[in-house]
Amino acid sequence: MALAYRKRFLFVAMMWGVLSVAAAAEGDPVISIHNRQFEPGELTIAPGVRTRVVIRNLDAMPAEFESYDLSREVVVPAHGEVAVFVGPAEAGRYEFFNDFNHDMKGVIIVKPATGGR
Amino acid sequence: MLATAVILFREVLEAALIVAIVLGASRGIAHRGRWVSGGVGLGLLGASGVAYLASTASSLLSGDGQALFNAAILLTAVGMLTWHNVWMSAHARELRAELNAVGAEVQAGSKPLTALLLITAMAVMREGSEAVLFLWAIAAGGEQASSMSLGALAGIAVGVLAGVLLYRGLLRIPVRHFFTVTSWMILFLAAGLSAQAAGFLNQAGWLPALGHGIWNTSRWLDQNSLSGQLLHVLVGYTARPSGIQVVFYLATLLVILALMYRPRWRSM
Repeated sequence: MALAYRKRFLFVAMMWGVLSVAAAAEGDPVISIHNRQFEPGELTIAPGVRTRVVIRNLDAMPAEFESYDLSREVVVPAHGEVAVFVGPAEAGRYEFFNDFNHDMKGVIIVKPATGGR
Repeated sequence: MLATAVILFREVLEAALIVAIVLGASRGIAHRGRWVSGGVGLGLLGASGVAYLASTASSLLSGDGQALFNAAILLTAVGMLTWHNVWMSAHARELRAELNAVGAEVQAGSKPLTALLLITAMAVMREGSEAVLFLWAIAAGGEQASSMSLGALAGIAVGVLAGVLLYRGLLRIPVRHFFTVTSWMILFLAAGLSAQAAGFLNQAGWLPALGHGIWNTSRWLDQNSLSGQLLHVLVGYTARPSGIQVVFYLATLLVILALMYRPRWRSM
């Protein structure tokens, strides 16, 4: 039983590992984790498109980037980075936080680039 | 210290409630304790492995790999819960009779016991890996490590206590209604986990979101509050669900209900 379980575990891990996406490309918006804060704390992206956002952890503590509003949840290793796709979303405010430190919060604002305020 | 306790409590709560429901639902099945403990043990082992991989940049379990892995774990649990409920719908009468005869236990064979083991292992592995990661982080943090470990222990204890209380509460339900209640709890639990899986599949780019936050009930019940968290675990409450999560939730409810009631239609 234990062996079959482990085999399944390894198989699943390998299959999806192969398909996982490589790190950041040029030009993607970046949210850094630095001195226990998200920088920037507000990131604006365009509505209706799928945007790749890089979460870059400059701290020595692992973080978990999580958003109930966008149903996103991913561990960001210490001194590591991961890419998360956001959208396509309608205009609005979508909050995110660090599940390992709920004092760390930020918001992704979806609105058209033109039109200013 | 309090912040640490709260975080650990959250991580432990989901696994503890799932184990409590599963223990309740398998009441009267011989050897279930051994299988459920085995599941917890395997889950803890798995959690350490997952935590290690997730904390390593560019490993299989970083980024989208992690999302897909979570989706796979959740969907496996949903499958096992479905199986358990379908099995129960055929054997509930027998189990009820045995429970009324004091101390007797049903020899269920290995089928639902495998399901018990897997559900427990999956629940503990998924939530446990985050708890392990967090504990590593505070252990590595140096200063305040001792007060934080105390908070961590307190958080874990309260989370487990919540599971024990739920289990005790379930046992107070009269035997007549007992398995009906646990079946419905498992039904909603499975639907909620399925919706979570849909979120992860969308995160990894395998499924469209069909709209982020198609409604917003956070004004009435904040998902971050204690009752929000409890309802999130028990019935899959999400304040701002995406379209695909709603689709998965409803589809899972309908499929399990259809499978549960199918034999009765035939015999009618």
